[in-house]
Amino acid sequence: MTVQEVVPTPAGRTPATCFEYQRAESWADAVELLELWDGEAKILAGGQSLIPMLNLRLAFPAALIDVNPIPAADPRVERDHLVIDANTRHRVLRTSEAVRTHAPLLAHAVQFIGNVRVRNRGTFGGTLSHADPTAEIAAITLATGGEILLLGPAGERSVPVDDFFVTYLTTAAEPNEVVIGARLPVAGNARWAFHEVVRRYSDFATVSVSVLARPAAKGGLRVVLGGVADRPIAVDQGLLEPVLTDPGNPDRARESADAIAASLDPDTDLHATADYRRRLVAVHTRRLLAQVFSEEGAP
Amino acid sequence: MIRTQLVLRVNNQQHEVWVRNDRTLLDVLHDDLGMPDVRYGCAEGVCGTCTVLMDGDPVSACTVYAVQAEGHEVVTLRGWSDPQEEAHPLQKCFLARGASQCGFCTAGMLLTAATLAERNPDATREEIRHELVGNLCRCTGYQAIVDAVEDYLHLPAEQTAETGGAQ
Repeated sequence: MTVQEVVPTPAGRTPATCFEYQRAESWADAVELLELWDGEAKILAGGQSLIPMLNLRLAFPAALIDVNPIPAADPRVERDHLVIDANTRHRVLRTSEAVRTHAPLLAHAVQFIGNVRVRNRGTFGGTLSHADPTAEIAAITLATGGEILLLGPAGERSVPVDDFFVTYLTTAAEPNEVVIGARLPVAGNARWAFHEVVRRYSDFATVSVSVLARPAAKGGLRVVLGGVADRPIAVDQGLLEPVLTDPGNPDRARESADAIAASLDPDTDLHATADYRRRLVAVHTRRLLAQVFSEEGAP
Repeated sequence: MIRTQLVLRVNNQQHEVWVRNDRTLLDVLHDDLGMPDVRYGCAEGVCGTCTVLMDGDPVSACTVYAVQAEGHEVVTLRGWSDPQEEAHPLQKCFLARGASQCGFCTAGMLLTAATLAERNPDATREEIRHELVGNLCRCTGYQAIVDAVEDYLHLPAEQTAETGGAQ
């Protein structure tokens, strides 16, 4: 830990444990600094979750490594994948032509993240690394599939999105690794739908449901749920069998949706009971499946 | 070092400050530089009272550290609309509609609405509401605020005079 300086603070505010502040000019810099601090430093990306946590004295890192100086190239398509750099701000995901064309579900869901100020600062890599189980980008990335790109002392590696989210605020990235971006398969003619239930617009989702259907692909229907477990979860393909056998049939959609809801063991908290969360999943999954497989398709 | 010497550029003026690294931009603007138009609300980025423009975009000054603002252009309400000059047309719409009561949220409302107007001059009422969802007001019940922003968007172009630094 660093030596703490005793400074007067305004009445009513708890003094914080202050931190060293270092700017990383490249991802290699960031990794080097993480190694030097040996587990005591945190990466500061958009800061829209981390800074409130520090303001509320919920975290006490010895150092913050600010990765904001590292530039992000625009989202782009390379070899049938949409490549998004970690430092891409949510605002850009919403307006980028490449994202709107090749990951329309992502461009759509981004508008529900926090408020306009959060979207102006928050970053794609930051929210993936934070791994909040209700986060929109985590859920959508899991729905699209693809891989998360990491950089560590041993170099670059990629982790399939399915293996990336481990539990609350925990990912498969090692302590000395940073998320530098992601490669998501392009949407092509995929149909999609997204809905989240929130107590107050802009708040954390109580439950979110994402549906992505790629008619041609194997395992072409993905349903991802947020807010019902310690991480966003992709629904087991077996539970989707009823709807896949007869996609246009509302009874089959209901059968799948009810089976999905029954398979869950969500937490009860201040905002919703486990039963209520299951109910939300059953209703909204049924509606979104119907929407995706209807004549009109995606919105 | 847990303190850093910085040059902050706020409302077109340079300020040299020597700050603890955990001082937010809000702490420095309000407490150290004495700017009352940036207000302490929730300290977690949800209430919008400390909204400032950083390189032209609204951000919560409570969720940006002062050390991060170096090299960026910061504009507060008074940089956007100089109180010595005539009120900004958006401020006049707020006055006409009674969209400001205690005034605590107004700085954030104005800066957020002004950038929306630049980016999307044809915003619908629903889009205005969506944009302002992160700015809490405990007095007006919001209707008057949304009305005022709608009035502003419907002003003839020559009356939405460009002022200040919301570029």
